[in-house]
Amino acid sequence: MAKSIDVSDVNIYYGDFKAVEGVTMTVKARSVTAFIGPSGCGKSTFLRTLNRMHEVIPGAHVEGKIVVDGQDLYAPSVDPVEVRRRIGMVFQRPNPFPTMSIYDNVLAGNRLNSKRIAKSEADAIVERSLRGANLWNEVKDRLGKPGMGLSGGQQQRLCIARAIAVEPEVLLMDEPCSALDPISTAAIEDLIHELKTDYTIVIVTHNMQQAARVSDDTGFFNLKAAGKPGHLVEFNPTKQMFTNPDSPDTEAYISGRFG
Amino acid sequence: MSAVDAALDAQVGRSMHTARLPRFAALIVLVAMLALTALGALLLRWDWGTKWVAVPIVAVVLTDIALPLWSAAVENRRAAVDRLVTALVWTALACALVPLVWVLAKTVIEGAPTINGAFLSQDGVGHFDPVQLVKVGGHGVFHALAGTLVVTAAATIISVPVGLMTAIYLVEYARGKWIGRAVTVLVDVMTGIPSIVAGLFALALFTVFFGNGTRLGIMGAVALSLLMIPTVVRASEEMMRLVPNDLREAAYALGVPKWRTIVKVVIPTSVGGLVTGVTLAVARVVGETAPLLVTVGALDSTNWNPFHDQMTTLPVLISNAQSTNSPEDLKTAWGAALLLIVIVMVLNLVARIVGKIFAPKTGR
Repeated sequence: MAKSIDVSDVNIYYGDFKAVEGVTMTVKARSVTAFIGPSGCGKSTFLRTLNRMHEVIPGAHVEGKIVVDGQDLYAPSVDPVEVRRRIGMVFQRPNPFPTMSIYDNVLAGNRLNSKRIAKSEADAIVERSLRGANLWNEVKDRLGKPGMGLSGGQQQRLCIARAIAVEPEVLLMDEPCSALDPISTAAIEDLIHELKTDYTIVIVTHNMQQAARVSDDTGFFNLKAAGKPGHLVEFNPTKQMFTNPDSPDTEAYISGRFG
Repeated sequence: MSAVDAALDAQVGRSMHTARLPRFAALIVLVAMLALTALGALLLRWDWGTKWVAVPIVAVVLTDIALPLWSAAVENRRAAVDRLVTALVWTALACALVPLVWVLAKTVIEGAPTINGAFLSQDGVGHFDPVQLVKVGGHGVFHALAGTLVVTAAATIISVPVGLMTAIYLVEYARGKWIGRAVTVLVDVMTGIPSIVAGLFALALFTVFFGNGTRLGIMGAVALSLLMIPTVVRASEEMMRLVPNDLREAAYALGVPKWRTIVKVVIPTSVGGLVTGVTLAVARVVGETAPLLVTVGALDSTNWNPFHDQMTTLPVLISNAQSTNSPEDLKTAWGAALLLIVIVMVLNLVARIVGKIFAPKTGR
């Protein structure tokens, strides 16, 4: 189920502005890959190109190849909607659908894709997804209540449950803990460890310790100068990255000497 | 100032205590000025029958002057300016409210006695008494009520899909394209077209197809929908823009196609506002007279069919009834006016309740 992602020579644009250039990397299946780097260096932008969410913004486009399961995501015949069904995403701010209950939020991906599902099957999906997101015990007695009534950390786990309910091959997370307190963050990091056995996970984070704790591989993005496009400075196993990085820039960033 | 306060002041060095007007200073001044003006009116031997209205007006103006002066004398400059501006704001509020309440009160007083079972259930068909030279019977408004409902409902059925779809196009598809901006400008211009022009347009349109002298309920509906569509577009557009982009992205990221995102996420999230917008648009056109006078005409009997023959609507009935100068018809006009206000109020109430029901729930 989990797939690897081969990225080769990707340039990303907002209109005429080149935001990210020349990214090449291989994201391994069933592992956690973290992207770190200063704000505005294009890590979130790059993450959004991995499931074709980047082009939702008017004028945004991508050059290069991103191959998942032998298929180039940006081939002309590829349907972006189909890509997003296979590659799920969790956003920085928890965004449960305000009109739906907890139960309906988890099923949103299935229901909105107009798949008819039997009640028993729906119940099973909801329970499995919420258990997967470590939320089941907290909400099992109030599945009919609105999703907006949960705390921030619970809402974010609800969004993760919603993303894994459609059983994607890859799960992208854009700073999923930046709006959360340390306890909720710990819950989500534990969850990432568990999800790793089934999913390929790519996570953007501003928190270096978090990248060190949860990831197997780390990519460091940086800007060459203000106004220049961001680029991938170094992509290595996390252990090596945090003990013996190839680039002096990476070492400077990680040790807090800049950025 | 107590001894403790004085001691504290001595410690701090500068007193924070200043002279203040009594708590209800504004009220005291207003009452005093009312009494003063009334006294002055008595001394000047005003004709109370017609000129009593001048007393509160003069009293309010005097209050607006006296209160800041008193404050300037006792308090300080800043407090005086504060009193002046506060007094002016209250005066403006009163100016805005007085006509509103007045219209409502007048309509209720004049219209309420007319409204009864017969008034609501009979139509306008009466006969002319050749001896007394008056119209007998035919003072009901059922036919106009039916006409208003049919024409407004037809206008709503035309406007809501067109307006809603246009708003969806503007918000979800036209982002920043020149055609979207052009449509927005056109909609804004349409908001301002005089209603009689809409009526003439509908008349001309139907004359092309059905010949001269055509008067149909549906023509009125077309004219009203010309007035409604811009309002519906603007209101729905605003409401759908309020839906956070996060929710759209959340849906896209789940692999939901754009159209389903609109139907299942954007519209449900904004439905409360959409309903309110549509209701306000309906309330705006339900009282339109001029375009209906031109397109729908008037008929004393009840006609439920907008595709056949003329019909009467409440505003047209009011317009026609007051023009005869007969006291009986004038009563009918007031009754119909009250009925129209009640309809609009009920619509607003329904919109509020529906908006509450559909509003996104927080669960707290």
